Amino acid sequence: MGANRCAVVGVGQTKHAAERLDVSMPGLVREAALEALEDAGMDWGDIDAVVMGKAPDTFEGVVMPELFLADALGAAGKPLLRVHTAGSVGGSTAIVAAKLVEAGIHERVLTVAFEKQSESNATWGLTVEMPFQAPLVAGAGGYFAPLIRAYIHRSGAPDHIGMLVAVKDRLAALRNPKAHLHLPDIDLATVEESFMLWDPLRYLEACPSSDGAMAMVIGSEQVAEAAPNPPAWVHGMAMRSEPTMFAGRDQIDPRAGRDCAADVYAQAGISDPRRDLDVAETYVPFSWFEPMWLENLGFAGPGEGWKLTEQGATAPDGDIPWNPSGGVLSSNPIGASGMIRFGEAAQQVRGRCGDYQVDGVRRALGHAYGGGSQFFAMWVVGTDKPDGS
Amino acid sequence: MGANGIRDVAIVSFAQSRYVARDDRHNEVEMIIPVVREAVERSGIPKEKIGFTISGSCDYLSGGPFTFVAGLDAVGAWPPIRESHVEMDAAFALYEAWVAIQVGDLDSALVYGFGKSSMGDLHRILTLQADPYYVAPLWPSAVHLAALQAQAYLAEAGADARALAEVAARSQRSARSNPNAVRSGDATAEELLTEPEIATPLRAADIAPITDGAAAVVIAAGDVARDVCERPAWIRGIDHRIDSQALGVRQLHTSRSARQAAANAGAGRDDFDVAELHAQFSHEELILRDALGLAPDVDVNPSGGPLAANPFMSAGLVRFGEVASRIHDGRADRGLAHAASGPALQQNLVAVVEGD
Repeated sequence: MGANRCAVVGVGQTKHAAERLDVSMPGLVREAALEALEDAGMDWGDIDAVVMGKAPDTFEGVVMPELFLADALGAAGKPLLRVHTAGSVGGSTAIVAAKLVEAGIHERVLTVAFEKQSESNATWGLTVEMPFQAPLVAGAGGYFAPLIRAYIHRSGAPDHIGMLVAVKDRLAALRNPKAHLHLPDIDLATVEESFMLWDPLRYLEACPSSDGAMAMVIGSEQVAEAAPNPPAWVHGMAMRSEPTMFAGRDQIDPRAGRDCAADVYAQAGISDPRRDLDVAETYVPFSWFEPMWLENLGFAGPGEGWKLTEQGATAPDGDIPWNPSGGVLSSNPIGASGMIRFGEAAQQVRGRCGDYQVDGVRRALGHAYGGGSQFFAMWVVGTDKPDGS
Repeated sequence: MGANGIRDVAIVSFAQSRYVARDDRHNEVEMIIPVVREAVERSGIPKEKIGFTISGSCDYLSGGPFTFVAGLDAVGAWPPIRESHVEMDAAFALYEAWVAIQVGDLDSALVYGFGKSSMGDLHRILTLQADPYYVAPLWPSAVHLAALQAQAYLAEAGADARALAEVAARSQRSARSNPNAVRSGDATAEELLTEPEIATPLRAADIAPITDGAAAVVIAAGDVARDVCERPAWIRGIDHRIDSQALGVRQLHTSRSARQAAANAGAGRDDFDVAELHAQFSHEELILRDALGLAPDVDVNPSGGPLAANPFMSAGLVRFGEVASRIHDGRADRGLAHAASGPALQQNLVAVVEGD
């Protein structure tokens, strides 16, 4: 492989909230980008190229918003790419940016993902009736609830597992000042009492709708070695996609997710993710996706994922913390949510997570998925410069 | 390896729809399937050996989210594939594929773009590309914004609408030999000038026709390209740049980003046999000829260009395909392919493509 090493040298994100009415879209992306540049010790002029990602343009009502955001992103006179791979887009966008550095084309790439959900209503934005297609009429939760029921049926998981995840991630978010939801009084009873949205998902088991942006500066080996703050080296990254539906497709444990994880683990030299990784930031928009992804990503055997959740293994003080930032369940600017996972993994490696820092993190997984559990993007980042290349 | 440690990458096959102004018989997937199949078959690379797949499309054409998701049904993404998507013309998807090959762990990629712009009002949809706070609420259509640029160009060049009509007439004449064109003919510039203006100084013939269709190319690195293609169309240089969108801070009569991209792609020598320019309005060709430094004798848009067929979201990729096919069959040795995006040529991608 002719790949050059690359690393995250700067990370910035907005305060996420239901409505960031204090900023425009340019203001939102700049808030994240400026924080990332400051972290990297850089100014706009240091950046060679910009890669922007977000979910469907219908969410803000702007066609290809990166065009009007070119100035806000400091991209005028530079290359600007716009990635869109459904919910996985934040991860995919980071990967496209990192590939530009790996390929040796650029030294310093700024990557930004955002969603300003207050501009519209994502559930209805996802529910447009398309000609000749069965109407979904239920948003993302309506699509995923049947998959969750199938998981429960298949694994024999007890009913309260989803609620455990909902409480765990919201309590974690209390230590993350940037998180959208801060629910200090949450417990199993409040989750259970919250109304049923899509059986078996209750209101408090679903992600919020958030305004927010995430930004990272990806640098070359030379840039990373000169960076003012510790870099998070990219040890592996991968993307996989499979079609939405066909006879025999396992939507509960999608092969694209398994293949993507196997690829990224092979690159990073990980044979047992629960043992070899120190923390994971994964895309869990609905509570039950924690046990489902624990299995899909190889942290637990088939049907065993819920046991890790129940044992507390994925809690911030567990042996393999999942989403110590509070995760998608606490902040969900959709197009940015994947990049937040990638960026939070990098921040854990860099030791820059403040009150939600997990002790002794050397390697972390960032994970994102999208569409009908069919698009996957993952990376593993670490404190040490990777071998080889 | 080429110069500067850049891997040699070539376009080895190209396929495009038989474009129509309005395709009421096929949905997007049905439109993509034959094009992707033809591009893959012509590439000589078995589908399962293609290392990466990427597409370009625009959700707003169909008015719903995730247009590209259904596209996966057309490429047959099983077992799962390495795949990505840009909400940009597929020429920019080709750029991402080129980058993926540069990393070195894969040797070939399928790139496709598609769109049915007949389903809505494209020129008003493109209004939504404008700043949503200050510009879009005024509802300038894409044609109005282009007309502003045309006025600025004509004023700066000391030219009049006749210069535009000559571009339009030449495109229509060239398109007569292009079976995929949706607009072609024998009208002279004088005849076109008798048509009414739609937005001064633009007439219907100066505005790319609404077109439904898809296009696909396969690109491959070094020896893989040589193995499967008698005369690969090598991408010798490729770069893209963007300008500010704010019309008030740009010199509208020219295109700074096109000039930058051309310089970075190594288009400095003016010995091109052919140039395919993603000029969706007559004056854009004139601005681009100047910004790209094309010599007067370069054969510009021999296919008829976007004024003959403008399959939105793949029309930029088609420029690559049209240049590559002329290199494949020996009609050209060196060509320039150009793609654009955004109002008034805001974003430009330029590649230099050569035969051995």
